[in-house]
Amino acid sequence: MSFITANWNPLGDAFYRKTELYDMCWNLRDSGLRDSLVAAAHYGGPIALLREPQRRSPSSRPQLEIYLASGISITSFPWKSGPVVHIGWTVTDELLCVQEDGSVLIYNLFGSFKRHFSMGQEVVQSQVLEAKVFHSPYGTGVAIVTGSSRFTLATNIDDLKLRRLPEVPGLHGKPSSWLVLTQDRQTKVILSNGPEMFVLDNTSCTPVCPPGLSPQYGSVVHMCVSFSYKYLSLFTDTGHLWTGSSNLQDKLSIVDTKKKTTPNQMVWCCRPQSQQLSVVLMWDRLLLVAGICGDTIQFPVDDPCVLVGELDGVRIINSTNQDLLQEVPLVCQDIFKIASMAPGALLLEAHREYEKSSQKADEYLREIKEQSMLGEAVRQCVEAAAHEYDANTQKSLLRAASFGKCFLVDFSPDQFVTMCRELRVLNTVRDGAVGLPLTHTQFKQLTLQVLIDRLVYRQFYPLAIEICRYLKIPDYQGVSRVLKHWASCKVQQKDLSDEAIARAVCVKVGDAPGVSYSDIAAKAYECGRTELAIKLLDFEARSGEQVPLLLKMKRSQLALSKAVESGDTDLVYTVVTYLKNELNRGDFFMMLRNQPVAQSLYRQFCKLQEQETLKDLYNQDDDHQELANYYITASYREKRLETRLSVLQKAVDEFNKAKNEFAAKATEEEMRLLRFQRKLDDEKGAGLLGLSLQETMEVLLSLGLHKHTEQLYRDFRLPDKRYWWLKLKSMAEKHEWEELEKFSKSKKSPIGYLAFVDVCMKSNNKSEARKYVSKVTPEQKVRAHMVIGDLEGAADAAIERRNDSEMGAVLSRCSTADCLLIDRLNRARVSASKK
Amino acid sequence: MAHSARRDSPKLPDFSLLKRLAKDQLVYLLEQLPGKKDLFIEADLMSPLDRIANVSTLKQHEVDKLYKVEYKPIVSTSDQLCFLIRPRIKTVKWICDVANADKAAGRFRRYKIIFTPQKFYACESVLEEQGLFGDVTTDEWSFYLLPLDDDIISMELPEFFRDNFLAGDQRWVRTAGSTLHLLHSIYGPFSKIYGIGRCSKMVYESWREQVEEEETKARQAEIGNVFLIDRDVDFVTPLCSQVVYEGLVDDIFKIKCGCVGFGTDATSDKNVKVMLNSQDKVFNEIRNEHFSNVFGFLSQKARNLQTAYDKRRGMDIKQMKTFVSEELKGLKQEHRLLSLHISASETIMKKKTKQDFQEMLKTEHSLLEGFEIRECISFIEEHIIRLVSMIESLRLLCLLSITENGLLPKDYRSLKALFLQSYGVEHLLTFANLKQLGLLVEQQPGETLTAMESKVGKLVNDKTAGKLTDAFSSLAKKSNFRALSRKLNLVPKSDEEYNLRVPRDMAYIFSGAYIPLSCKLIEQVLERGGWTGLEEVTRLLNGHEFSVTGLLIRRYICREIK
Repeated sequence: MSFITANWNPLGDAFYRKTELYDMCWNLRDSGLRDSLVAAAHYGGPIALLREPQRRSPSSRPQLEIYLASGISITSFPWKSGPVVHIGWTVTDELLCVQEDGSVLIYNLFGSFKRHFSMGQEVVQSQVLEAKVFHSPYGTGVAIVTGSSRFTLATNIDDLKLRRLPEVPGLHGKPSSWLVLTQDRQTKVILSNGPEMFVLDNTSCTPVCPPGLSPQYGSVVHMCVSFSYKYLSLFTDTGHLWTGSSNLQDKLSIVDTKKKTTPNQMVWCCRPQSQQLSVVLMWDRLLLVAGICGDTIQFPVDDPCVLVGELDGVRIINSTNQDLLQEVPLVCQDIFKIASMAPGALLLEAHREYEKSSQKADEYLREIKEQSMLGEAVRQCVEAAAHEYDANTQKSLLRAASFGKCFLVDFSPDQFVTMCRELRVLNTVRDGAVGLPLTHTQFKQLTLQVLIDRLVYRQFYPLAIEICRYLKIPDYQGVSRVLKHWASCKVQQKDLSDEAIARAVCVKVGDAPGVSYSDIAAKAYECGRTELAIKLLDFEARSGEQVPLLLKMKRSQLALSKAVESGDTDLVYTVVTYLKNELNRGDFFMMLRNQPVAQSLYRQFCKLQEQETLKDLYNQDDDHQELANYYITASYREKRLETRLSVLQKAVDEFNKAKNEFAAKATEEEMRLLRFQRKLDDEKGAGLLGLSLQETMEVLLSLGLHKHTEQLYRDFRLPDKRYWWLKLKSMAEKHEWEELEKFSKSKKSPIGYLAFVDVCMKSNNKSEARKYVSKVTPEQKVRAHMVIGDLEGAADAAIERRNDSEMGAVLSRCSTADCLLIDRLNRARVSASKK
Repeated sequence: MAHSARRDSPKLPDFSLLKRLAKDQLVYLLEQLPGKKDLFIEADLMSPLDRIANVSTLKQHEVDKLYKVEYKPIVSTSDQLCFLIRPRIKTVKWICDVANADKAAGRFRRYKIIFTPQKFYACESVLEEQGLFGDVTTDEWSFYLLPLDDDIISMELPEFFRDNFLAGDQRWVRTAGSTLHLLHSIYGPFSKIYGIGRCSKMVYESWREQVEEEETKARQAEIGNVFLIDRDVDFVTPLCSQVVYEGLVDDIFKIKCGCVGFGTDATSDKNVKVMLNSQDKVFNEIRNEHFSNVFGFLSQKARNLQTAYDKRRGMDIKQMKTFVSEELKGLKQEHRLLSLHISASETIMKKKTKQDFQEMLKTEHSLLEGFEIRECISFIEEHIIRLVSMIESLRLLCLLSITENGLLPKDYRSLKALFLQSYGVEHLLTFANLKQLGLLVEQQPGETLTAMESKVGKLVNDKTAGKLTDAFSSLAKKSNFRALSRKLNLVPKSDEEYNLRVPRDMAYIFSGAYIPLSCKLIEQVLERGGWTGLEEVTRLLNGHEFSVTGLLIRRYICREIK
């Protein structure tokens, strides 16, 4: 514990330390990392090795090995495809293998082939000389330089767009050094060719000269860019290291490394809020950390190793172990620097004394409190704990923080609690068996979501679920997500029966919120397990979700009934449209027949869109009634009488088939009426066509065509009532009062005589109306008198009939002037009620 | 409907929120199409839209000209056309015609369709078929509910009934479900839901599904009980003539979207559009009064007004000043409303006190009571022959059919024949539709019915059978009105005098002849706290009742206000 600063090396005003992360579990025979293509993913990702990529004979193929960061082997298999130029990892832990012929093969973490793409046709001939995999805000990209010295870029391999960059003047073969950087949302290539340097973007190739790098320093032979693409470093053949901003505007420094040979690898080593940026250079026997202040630290190297640049340091991997080289964070410096008086350091000391039961603890505490720095002290301890890799150091710092916290009031414990939790998670994933050596800074950058994703990719499902539960992540984003991945993976296990998998999935997933069985089923279907997919779909509670997949699996019948079950008509409609195109008409109609909901939906649609189909649909169902209705509707669309009649005849036939004699007869009559109207229109231009029977007769009467009216009356066997009404109305309208009187006497009126009174009054002819009052039946007498406004007559009639309510009705119409009448009525009422 | 004068009734949720929400969303949608644009509005959306956003609001968001959708070629000069429509295939087809005509003329415009309350796949597929899917952008304005008054909200979806009950097209069910969901998300959980009818049940299920899809937060419930009732549970109520003031105004002037246009007969000057809601103090007091009371009330009101005006006399300058500044405006306003309602009442009087109307009421009442059916039939015959009113003839026919559990085959034929002669043979289709709905049917000999039921029964072995039977239910359904009416005592005994001034039950709205079934159901369920004890009734109503506790009664969503 006291030697915590033992591995600190000063560099300028900062310190650098090398912490051991793992003893590597792998067993890389004698050759070690030499003669291999190595790719180690950022953020403590997996390591891939392609051993002896030069071997090409079928008898001895190169071996591709994939390891966790701790060196535990995940998979290993002989490389059977073409010669590989470069390998690299994507942000989602997939391995890209760039082949000489320009094709890029993608493998997942477990070495199973996912897909491939090509960097362009012309590459097949010119061959890839060098390739680089790079990361940008857009995802993972690939850049290559071909034998014809042309660069081709793909900025995002998931959305492949190849960009061929312009030619570089004077370049033959590959450049002496080059790299890809992302700047201002643009991806560019910087390259050096002998003494010249160029920046290549989409459209142009610009010669550049980094500020302060005069030709005397020689030509650039190696270059690297920092993790954030902010800084660039260039190594010249005279052994000078130029550092500056990556836009080549500013210089940071030039350091003479006094080594003339080109380093094997060069990587920036910095952290957010670095005090002293540095570049790590590696030669066969030496590791040099060159700070921009000009200071250097040297570490001897006796085994070939690989540098992995990270957000806050550099990982150094060799055949036996893995170290993290990083600048000591300021807060750790403050606390652990020898003789530091920082509040955190004092608090740590105070706690140490307290543990020893020494009163010195109080002195230290007082000192901090006097400067009112206790809050700061606690914060420092908590923060420092985050940056320490050793669990014991973390513990002592956190205990000190907890101790300090006791003397504070109103101090929010959130930071402390969160840190304890996060550290617990980090320590777990750092464990060799999981092999994710994340620092706290990296973890914050990566986010918890991504960490869980990574665990899921590595198939550490139980751990991922534990972490979700421990950190209380809502189910939707946490446990459910993990379960979904688990289930998708489970359905791919070929050695288990459909039944067993379906059961296992159901037991584990249950009804966890947010897990969609249809997604899992889709996965199963993708793997060719249709039966399993159908079994899984049965667990899906929302029937709507089942439909698309069922359609895809060509289970259209099932899809249709599920869609209907879901109650979502849009979905039903989708299936119906699909089936319409997929099946032949007969089958399609048959299927609809069994699904009334779908059928009525389709009918609605046909009514508006495809009238003909509607007819076929009814035909298929032998629905003669509907078919007849269809013809009736259709008849109104026909302009010409003949076609209209023929359509109506079809309707009649269908009505007959439907045993609807009434409708058949009505339609026949309509046809007869139409013909009659046509005839009369032709003869007299009466404009009858399309009118109803009643309207026709009204027109005829008003035109005085009594004979034709008579004819219609007989032909259509009109009820007398209707005929009388019509005659009555027409005569009154034409004021043919004598005719009317004659008519009233022709025989006994089937509609009574009150109607006569009414029509006369409508024309305000009181004297004519009076003629018929006497003929009215006794029940209607009172009313008839009232209609003509003869109150006295009404009163007489009412009194005669001794009807109380009628007397009441007459009374209500009396005005104050009729006091005599009122009196009479009242008396009659009283006497009527007595009896 | 409308206001509850009871003092102990809880405070109403603030339904104006719905308006604000709809408005904000509409504005957002309009802004999505920046620049000047012409807006085409479907005819039946005009009035609802007017309640949400007026012309000046639309203009503020760069709507240049407003047009009504008329299914004719358009005469717009704008480069951007926006269509605000219901998701109907017919309208979408028209828009396609417009766009295709522009294409043919080499004219380039931008088109945007805003469907309300939601879009349907069928509409989009029309766009696709016409090859315009890319040219026309679509959006949804989730305007589900329009508050017509402080306590009435409406979906304003008249085609719901036709589509769902006649065509068997259930596309609106989900919409209704979403509507409940909207209420639920704004006004908190419902403590109890009751419902009756197949469609209600589906609506409920659709809503549950939507609730389950998201996480719920516990919150204050502003809506207590929710009732979902299928229209076909209670056809009788809308078939009867209304005799309260609001009903009569609706009969004669047609209330649309809580707004009425008093024609020239009611006002001295030309058409006046008036909002009828509880803001109108005069209307608010008479809307639910039996018409016979209205005149008395209005004249009392007029007298009060006069006294208030008379106060002026004998005031000094100062008093006069306060009178003018404070009271006069209110009085003037009241004066205006009063004169409007008085003239409206006069028009109503003219039309409704005629002998015809009285006899029609008498017929209705006889039908409800089941007396003198033959006389009723001959009244209806005469009604048809004299072409009094087509709609009313049909209404009476339906009422006859429902109360009598179908017409005798002989009557059915003769009445139908009379009707066709009067109004034309095209009404064969009308009768076919009414039959399908079970509104106007022939009495079936017992056998036929059981045959149908067993046919349906055979299909009841798979999951979807419930929905299957639904398609047949209208055929197999008996109206059972008499039995229900006895059970629930819907028709008050006619031998007692019914005092319309101090009504003792809900029957006053039909002059004491009938208590609306749906309202009676709500009363009964609330009294019992569920459907227990009403088993016989629900059986007569064809079942499908449900109640769910722990979710969310007070207002019920009036899908149709009659």
